[in-house]
Amino acid sequence: MSFFSRSPWILHYDGSSCNGCDIEVLACLTPLYDVERFGVLNTGNPKHADILLVTGSVNERNIEIVENLYRQMPDPKVVVAVGACACSGGIFARAYNIQGGIDKVIPVDVYVPGCAARPESIIDGVVQGIAALEAKRKKTA
Amino acid sequence: MTPAVYGVLFVFLAPVFGGLLAGVDRRVSARMQGRIGPPLLQPFYDLGKLLQKQARQVNPVVEPLLLGHVFFMAVSGVLLLSGTDLIFIAFVFALAALFLVLAAGSVNSPYSFAGAERELVVLLASEPFFILMMAAICKVTGASTYAGVLASPQLVAVQLPGVLLAFLLVATIKLRKSPFDISTSHHPHQELVSGLTTDMSGRMLAYVELAHWYESALLCAFMVLLFNWSVPLGLLAFAIAYALEVLVDNSTSRAKWQLVLRSTWAATLVFSGGNVLALFLLSR
Ligand code: SF4
Repeated sequence: MSFFSRSPWILHYDGSSCNGCDIEVLACLTPLYDVERFGVLNTGNPKHADILLVTGSVNERNIEIVENLYRQMPDPKVVVAVGACACSGGIFARAYNIQGGIDKVIPVDVYVPGCAARPESIIDGVVQGIAALEAKRKKTA
Repeated sequence: MTPAVYGVLFVFLAPVFGGLLAGVDRRVSARMQGRIGPPLLQPFYDLGKLLQKQARQVNPVVEPLLLGHVFFMAVSGVLLLSGTDLIFIAFVFALAALFLVLAAGSVNSPYSFAGAERELVVLLASEPFFILMMAAICKVTGASTYAGVLASPQLVAVQLPGVLLAFLLVATIKLRKSPFDISTSHHPHQELVSGLTTDMSGRMLAYVELAHWYESALLCAFMVLLFNWSVPLGLLAFAIAYALEVLVDNSTSRAKWQLVLRSTWAATLVFSGGNVLALFLLSR
């Protein structure tokens, strides 16, 4: 039996977002949405995390950080890109320092659209991330 | 049943007890925050997941040290229930905690290292109390083993109310509850990243959790020592104390280590020391 679907721990990283998506991510932890019901924890430590939730795009300065966080996460791990910025660069795509979506740097498993992404769709993205996590575990096990 | 059987039972039942306690804790905490909270068995799911996840070996000594941590936590319980001298238990208990400090201190992460240093501070804060508590219990009951204390006609909590009070304070440290959880950073607090456990992944973290479950069970056993006239009463007292701890955990912010050290030493000295001194003077 696999326990990944019952205990997905999340690391939330804010790239160059406008903070709109971050507020929605945090809203998922509040009493209204309460993702802890599904065993989701917001860990803040890449070494404990199963799902990397990235909001905002990558720029010249944070490429290294995103890569580093991803590398520090033990397998199996998945990446969920939250919001238009994380998916493609969003409204900042043409800015001089922006590289584009998160998939320019690390492999992304789930794309959550929206500007800002709504908590419902973020939770949905996490649920799809869990499925991807299960698939990866089966492959490595 | 012979005491040795109780010891063996502890090895298998204490994790179940500790895990369920953690599950209840998370649910009650969630309710206090207006949330529904995770399923009761969530800590077991988490443990299962951690065991299935890849464990990054930061260096070759972390795993043996953490295994030592779990082992000595379990051994303290086994020795306690199978009739070893109570004061000796206090030392084995400290030794178990020391293994965790060594494991966390052996890695390069500054967060882990800071966590290890703080764990040493809380060890320094709590250890004198446990030794004094055990000595006081032995003195009052005239027995030096678990079964002996339970069989004693003396009512420990009545004779040692100060020790009971200080125990509640020190238990906050051992149960890793705010405001005294300075060395780890249990979710949802994220000070120091994850403190002691920052560099531990997969089964390494599972060992730490497991050891903590043993530790909770051990504290419950200590509570029964204090309420030695009936085991159910001791369990009830532990349940009430734990509910208080959860309330305090949810309504306070973390203290600085200086405050932790000062307040626990003051409680040990004033409440426990005063209690023992008063008994001594009265009995003369
Ligand atoms: S997608 Fe929209 S709300 Fe989210 S970070 Fe980008 S600009 Fe802000």
